[in-house]
Amino acid sequence: MATKLQKQGVLAKLATLRGVAQRFAFVSLFLLAFALMMLGKAENVVVERTRAGIADIAAPILDAVSRPVATVTDLIAQTNEMMNLRGENLRLREENARLRAWHGVATHLAAENEALRDLLHYVPPARGGFISARVVGDGGGPFVRSALINSGERDGVVKGLAAINEEGLVGRITDVGQRSSRLLLLTDFNSRIPVQLETSRDRAILTGDNSPQPQLAFLPPNARPKVGERVVTSGYGGVLPAGLPVGLVLGMRDGQMRVQPFVNWDRLEYVRIVDFGPIPAPEASAADAPVIVPVPEKPALRAAPQAAESPAVEEDGVPPAAEKLPPSLLAAPPVVAPQAGAPPANSPASGARP
Amino acid sequence: MKGGGLWQRVDRFGRNLVPLGVTLLMVLIGAVPLPIAGYASVVPLFSLCAVFFWAIYRPHLLPLSLVFVIGLVQDALAGTPFGLHALMLLITYGMVASQRRFFLGKPFTLVWWGFMLIALIAIVTAWLLASIAIGTVMRPGPATFQFLLTLALYPVIALLLSGAQRLLPQPA
Repeated sequence: MATKLQKQGVLAKLATLRGVAQRFAFVSLFLLAFALMMLGKAENVVVERTRAGIADIAAPILDAVSRPVATVTDLIAQTNEMMNLRGENLRLREENARLRAWHGVATHLAAENEALRDLLHYVPPARGGFISARVVGDGGGPFVRSALINSGERDGVVKGLAAINEEGLVGRITDVGQRSSRLLLLTDFNSRIPVQLETSRDRAILTGDNSPQPQLAFLPPNARPKVGERVVTSGYGGVLPAGLPVGLVLGMRDGQMRVQPFVNWDRLEYVRIVDFGPIPAPEASAADAPVIVPVPEKPALRAAPQAAESPAVEEDGVPPAAEKLPPSLLAAPPVVAPQAGAPPANSPASGARP
Repeated sequence: MKGGGLWQRVDRFGRNLVPLGVTLLMVLIGAVPLPIAGYASVVPLFSLCAVFFWAIYRPHLLPLSLVFVIGLVQDALAGTPFGLHALMLLITYGMVASQRRFFLGKPFTLVWWGFMLIALIAIVTAWLLASIAIGTVMRPGPATFQFLLTLALYPVIALLLSGAQRLLPQPA
């Protein structure tokens, strides 16, 4: 009898001990998670490595899982396209006519540019490459705007590089793993992109606030951005190449000057990471600004097969991406040919000028 | 039931991994990009549903330490401050563990109601923590939508999870 009672007492004590241990485990894990959060805020190397490591393991799985989704989406898009063939054809004809005019302008400007460069003995900056990558994960939830892509260190991705797609600037690389990287979208709260208004040349910092339309901060006091004015990267601070298209000025919304990015965030499937090597700061010598123009003899708009399926670095002079880049990239060099300036891409009239 | 051959033991071991595997799968599903307008900012918290479910029905197969690891995996995939989802899932698990007896054997609507309260607390806490970690007061809109979407999807997920639960050996 006594032994039985003793046994029960021991069991009860064990149960209490177990409860205490569990509570202790809960509190310590809770504190650990909190500490990790604070360490991560301070960009701790261990935290960054761990995070990149986990992403590396999951990226191939996510890649496989997200492919069927992409296939279904493409199928739906294709069906839609089939239904709008006539209208689309008409639109493309118009666009083709407009682009033909632009082709003439581009050829002319490229030749002129070449001649002026010869006059100045201008040494063009080394041409870099593009790294194509697929977006395999997003879903940051309410707090972050970022995407996981399936290229990493082994493909040549480096922290800080810009990512673009055929529409415009998407964001910048913030974390790099072996085979995956994290892309901070320009709408994220932590995103700061030095930009320039294309016609007025006013500089500003494009500041994300997790809303789809980031703000223009630090505009000069006398700047009057026009609604619909194009916003491009300024290259200021030597972080991103100059002239990448970002978006259009939307106007004042909730007391902030806002920009509508060109990128459609809901259909972010492939991105190109732009690697132009070390970028000279524009203030050092304005003429050194990296010029993102394809080789002059073959001015853009060339049909080339897309190699976006697998991550690959395209090192040759004319990246196949060139024909996908918006015309603003052709009009990008800010200083080399100021008279060419940047006529609004959608005005066919300006195409007839030269 | 005890002992058994090697295959039986491998089988039991495999089945015991189901809660962990299913919860990790939920994390992966939540990270898959879907071409739905605004989806990325209101992705339902599938992992929270799974942690809630297993914490009620099979807590010993999904211990606290694994919940912590699952949260970190979600943080690494979603790009959220490292530890944010870990905290959110730990809170969910802790709250369910303390009320487990209340939930066991109750009709689904009551469990769903409990889920609403616990998910609300977890998401509000995460919102506060994210605001601290990122250094600004986050807009409450997306988090509210995320909560509503998660709540609305819980019955479907619970149905799938109870299917997975049938694979498990009966608890002793």
